[in-house]
Amino acid sequence: MEYRITTPVTREMLAPLRAGDAVLLSGTVYTARDAAHARLCELLRRGEEAPFPLCGSAVYYVGPTPERPGEPIGAAGPTTAGRMDRFSPMLIERGQLLMIGKGARSDAVKEAIVRYGAVYLGAVGGAGAVMAAAVRSAKVICWPDLGCEAVRALTVEDLPLTVVIDAQGNDLYELGPKEYLASL
Amino acid sequence: MRTVKASAVTDAVAELCIRANRELPPDVRAALERARAAEPWPTAQRGLDILLDNLALAAEKQLPICQDTGMACVFLELGQDVHIDGDLNAAVQAGIRAGYARGYLRCSVVADPLRRVNTGDNTPGVLSVRLVPGDVCRLTVLPKGFGSENMSRLQMLTPADGAEGVRRFVLDTVRAAGPNPCPPIVVGIGVGGTFDGVAALAKRALLRPLDAANPDPYYAEMERTLLEEINALGIGPQGFGGRTTALGLAIETAPTHVAGLPVAVNISCHATRRASAAL
Repeated sequence: MEYRITTPVTREMLAPLRAGDAVLLSGTVYTARDAAHARLCELLRRGEEAPFPLCGSAVYYVGPTPERPGEPIGAAGPTTAGRMDRFSPMLIERGQLLMIGKGARSDAVKEAIVRYGAVYLGAVGGAGAVMAAAVRSAKVICWPDLGCEAVRALTVEDLPLTVVIDAQGNDLYELGPKEYLASL
Repeated sequence: MRTVKASAVTDAVAELCIRANRELPPDVRAALERARAAEPWPTAQRGLDILLDNLALAAEKQLPICQDTGMACVFLELGQDVHIDGDLNAAVQAGIRAGYARGYLRCSVVADPLRRVNTGDNTPGVLSVRLVPGDVCRLTVLPKGFGSENMSRLQMLTPADGAEGVRRFVLDTVRAAGPNPCPPIVVGIGVGGTFDGVAALAKRALLRPLDAANPDPYYAEMERTLLEEINALGIGPQGFGGRTTALGLAIETAPTHVAGLPVAVNISCHATRRASAAL
């Protein structure tokens, strides 16, 4: 199946998605990777507000290349999501519903996904130019000192993604290879 | 004695950083195209099509293929009859600085591994010099992304582990890496030498064109069968399943100690980028 989804999302919107489905995502997506996740969770632990609304949000694990003059963004493919595993459950508990990245997630993240009806979407690893083509605008909204790791608000149109872990806990990284091997 | 100006090294490194990040070497692109033609699984076919589209779009938009423009690994093959006029290491670092700025490439290097402040210019890169007879001066830049670097492993096997131990370690490493290193991957393997040396061998194996086999028929056969076994794991492009898990595999070896069998696996992604120039 192919779904068109616009952020912010609700768990009801995500409930029909199944591992392997295609998603074209539009709306606002926040970028955050290693250093931004560490700072974000430190803020939350201190009881402070997140720098962007977490409820129903989509976070894209990406550190783009610098934009050329006249372009909104440089190459913008996903980074390995597993490095965010220790932070994601806390963010999901506080309302984050979509995570966009590549690579395997921990059992703790899967449990949080199932409990809160979140979804992990895969972007195509290493396809920096293809992913950038869906970005209409980008604005650094906090921690500019982090350079490529600063948090940006991206406006995206039909960002091409695949459901990797759905809200029932099905994982395409397990199912896909298994299905292929069974076909031989 | 031939003299090469340090400034010529800087200019060449800058140009190679940009070229390597924007276009794949012909052997890697050809391997991707061959893999697409041979791929029977529809999901995997679509995944490979996106990677080929991405190459075309990056060329058209003058964008890097991947946003992880890597840590710049610079290899210099230097004839002992060449004199570098100036500070060689400084010249290489200046080239990286200039190339990453001019090419709109991402600066991904932190000055200290624990205190982690970005240096802001992607330096320092890693310079490896190999001295050879004659007056050659050949530079290769391999921008190494860390999604795949992080999935690399090293183990000190024992002599009794033998070829079977090496085989098992390689397959375990690729299986454990799964979808993380952006498959289809390129696998660089080092066998022999010392603890530090075997890692360098594995990195150097990534420089070999994917269509070139090891000159030793014993290792050429091992490369062929290991690649086949990796492509039977089913991981596939993006880890979504399929035949194409690896595009190529190279083994580099060195003499080692009677008591040891070091093995290192340096994993690289489908964007195995390298560019060379002779000065």
